[in-house]
Amino acid sequence: MSVEAQGTGPPADEIDARQAELPPVARLATVTLTLVVAGGIYMAAQIGHPATLVPAVILAIAAGLVLLANLMVLSRIKRFAWNKFFQVFGWALVVYLVIAGILEYVFVLDHTPARQLVLFSVMLAMFAIDVPLILGFSVARYQPVPT
Amino acid sequence: MTDTAVHVGSAPPGDGMGSPPRVPEFSIVPLVGIPIAAALLVGLIVAIATNSLWALTFFHVGGGGLWTSIDLFLGLIIGPILGCLSIPARVEFTAKFMPKMVVIMPTLVAMTLGSGFQLARHLGNLSVSYPHHGWLVASYVIVGVMAIIALGLLEPANLAVLFELKKPHPNGERIGRLMRVFIYTAGITGVMQVATIIIMTFLASR
Repeated sequence: MSVEAQGTGPPADEIDARQAELPPVARLATVTLTLVVAGGIYMAAQIGHPATLVPAVILAIAAGLVLLANLMVLSRIKRFAWNKFFQVFGWALVVYLVIAGILEYVFVLDHTPARQLVLFSVMLAMFAIDVPLILGFSVARYQPVPT
Repeated sequence: MTDTAVHVGSAPPGDGMGSPPRVPEFSIVPLVGIPIAAALLVGLIVAIATNSLWALTFFHVGGGGLWTSIDLFLGLIIGPILGCLSIPARVEFTAKFMPKMVVIMPTLVAMTLGSGFQLARHLGNLSVSYPHHGWLVASYVIVGVMAIIALGLLEPANLAVLFELKKPHPNGERIGRLMRVFIYTAGITGVMQVATIIIMTFLASR
């Protein structure tokens, strides 16, 4: 089957116009990702050294707050292709849970001390939710809103 | 075969715009790649569980080499070529190429980072007492920045292009815009990978 284009422009123009109405979900999710990565780097750099976990805890709390705020902002969007969002979010969540699970397995296998392990696990959980959030939103924002 | 026509928006003239280019049928996630990716990830878990030096080195060097090569090739070779192609050729290439990247890149990243962390742990390089610890931390920072670029910009652009191409009337201008993000970010991460290679080869030669 072949679908030919019509003479008029696609409804994509309307989609482009709608972009200004959307909250900065992808940007906030990237901030969360940056905070999680920064916390992970700090902790990885301190392995085998009795360093304070305070900077990593602060980064993890900040990442969690931004993630929560982002989820609230996202939930308030009225005109949105939620079906596409959940389709992409769901599959991406499976993928990133597997990746986070592999990393968690490495930390457990290496007998990472309990406090660091808990912090790594919290950061991995946020990573596994945040990346699918970016992917789902980035796809759904360009999809037509079902009537 | 199911084809879809693409509205090419503000594409430059003289590139075969007489009729809208057709999008060949494609699957957003190529199912044939899933068992291969799963097998590689199982191999990675086995390598980590057994702490096999050879297997960890294989996954780290193999995965990292492919990750770097693909990023550099995409950003510095394919990207400029793609920019010169006609709209129909770009659309056809994109529809056939981008789904493969959806499976290949996350697999390579998981392989490289998972095995790399365990390899460094196994060799005692993660410890603060390692003489070149500063270099290793520098590599963490580079990989961290690359991860943010890849997960925050590159992968979302990749998926958005594929879903746009699945529409009955894809928007060519939007696809072009998202493809530019994809190609540029691939190039940037590729160049950053060179810095990682410099650090890794330096550490391996100590």
